Amino acid sequence: MHPSPSVIIFTTLSGLGFGLMIFLGLGAPSVTGWVAFWFYLIAYVLAVGGLMASAFHLGHPERALKAFTQWHTSWLSREAVAAVAALLVMGIYAALAVFFGLRIPALGWLGAALSLLTLIATAMIYTQLRTVPRWNHVLTPLHLVSTALAGGALLAGQVTPASVLLLAAGLIQIGHWSVGDTRFAEAGHTLGSATGLGSRGQVRAFEPPHTGPNYLLREMVYVVGRKHALKLRILAAGFGYALPLVLILVPGAGHVLGGIAVISHLLGVFASRWLFFAEAEHVVGLYYGARV
Amino acid sequence: MTRLPDHTERKLGLVIDLDTCVGCHACVVACKGWNTENYGAPLSDQDAYGAEPSGTFLNRVHSYEVTPETGAAQLVHFPKSCLHCEDAPCVTVCPTGASYKRSEDGIVLVNEADCIGCGLCAWACPYGAREMDAAAGVMKKCTLCVDRIYNETLPEIDREPACVRTCPAGARHFGDLGDPESDVSQLVAARGGIDLMPEQGTKPVNKYLPPRPKDTWEQTDILAPFLTPVADSPQGFLGWLDRALDRL
Repeated sequence: MHPSPSVIIFTTLSGLGFGLMIFLGLGAPSVTGWVAFWFYLIAYVLAVGGLMASAFHLGHPERALKAFTQWHTSWLSREAVAAVAALLVMGIYAALAVFFGLRIPALGWLGAALSLLTLIATAMIYTQLRTVPRWNHVLTPLHLVSTALAGGALLAGQVTPASVLLLAAGLIQIGHWSVGDTRFAEAGHTLGSATGLGSRGQVRAFEPPHTGPNYLLREMVYVVGRKHALKLRILAAGFGYALPLVLILVPGAGHVLGGIAVISHLLGVFASRWLFFAEAEHVVGLYYGARV
Repeated sequence: MTRLPDHTERKLGLVIDLDTCVGCHACVVACKGWNTENYGAPLSDQDAYGAEPSGTFLNRVHSYEVTPETGAAQLVHFPKSCLHCEDAPCVTVCPTGASYKRSEDGIVLVNEADCIGCGLCAWACPYGAREMDAAAGVMKKCTLCVDRIYNETLPEIDREPACVRTCPAGARHFGDLGDPESDVSQLVAARGGIDLMPEQGTKPVNKYLPPRPKDTWEQTDILAPFLTPVADSPQGFLGWLDRALDRL
């Protein structure tokens, strides 16, 4: 799949933002006043910034309001509804904490639940696609949600939850890669089944429909950069999970090490998310002889 | 409404005969011609006269080479457009309700006024049947020429999809695949019509008729046995040369 910058930025930043919201909603840290202001500012900039980035890849962003209507069938619509609900509820919760020093735990829990729902809905947009076997299994939502939670815990300065979550998310990330590597073959999609000609002999793509490229090739048959996949995986695992884990476990790690841990995590997750798209193979590539 | 109908009164679709298709791409041109000036946004081209032309097509013809265990390889021309699936995954993923499947005839359509151009439906389709138009920013797909098949201002003979109407080989057939008595259903039954990528669970309405077996030499002519001139071992000058080279 084409690793579109807008979608990579959206899923990474929004994941981090909603991950932080979950911890703020749960009262970890329990903050009010100016401290709360900065925490919520960071969470909102990440979450809303990510959502704005995602709007850039739309053909018609001005019609985006219509995306709130089909929540009964569409995970993308559910994501939109959950995201706005989470931002509204957390907005009220945050305003009370910042301006009145008042924390209403029930409101925070509701905001945290809606934020978690947003993360799950985002993950399900990819998980639901049977056309992309690498994504179409249970480790995909686990990977995306655990990474967002780990990043949220890191930003929230929750050392114990962050270290447990970074370890778990790192292991799930490795699992997602290794399971994903064999998913296409296991799903059994071949040029033979795609054309229905497989029972007659060996099928080979002889000639594409047109000599030029097209939307399908650009969007779903993306192949550039896979030769560096292993290096990028090592960088993603190292910067995204291992280094932040080591940094926050340094005794007396303060804001400086914590800040480096967050930046390292963010860089690692960007690399991971780029691979998430670039390595994902859509079955339509079969028709173009691109999946052998 | 992105909820799929429980039941459609008819299942309009295409039957494509891979045995008959000659790969002339007339259906591609007819489709582009009709659909660029009728239903919805035009099918735009980018860099049409440049080094890397690209454009939106609702129907494309691939060509595949099939090599059997024994015998000669065969070239199969393979037109591919929307299969108007019964369990259309492109419809349910749509966040705006722009994509829908009609309960009256099963045609899958995009209401372009509601489409935000997110592209998720194209990701959900295993067949590459949906293409985002780069100029209009909305998703384009085969409408089964919904503006022809019910169009009473057209002569009756033209009330079928443009690709079917134009096919010079008679390789494309249009009809109700939900009615077992229809011509297309009987054709599918007689020729063993198949689904593409059935393991995706999409239940395509369009069917493909596999190529029929090729003639074999035995059936060619009663004179065929007299037409086997190939000598396994060379004779005469070539035989001498062969033996001489062997001895070297």
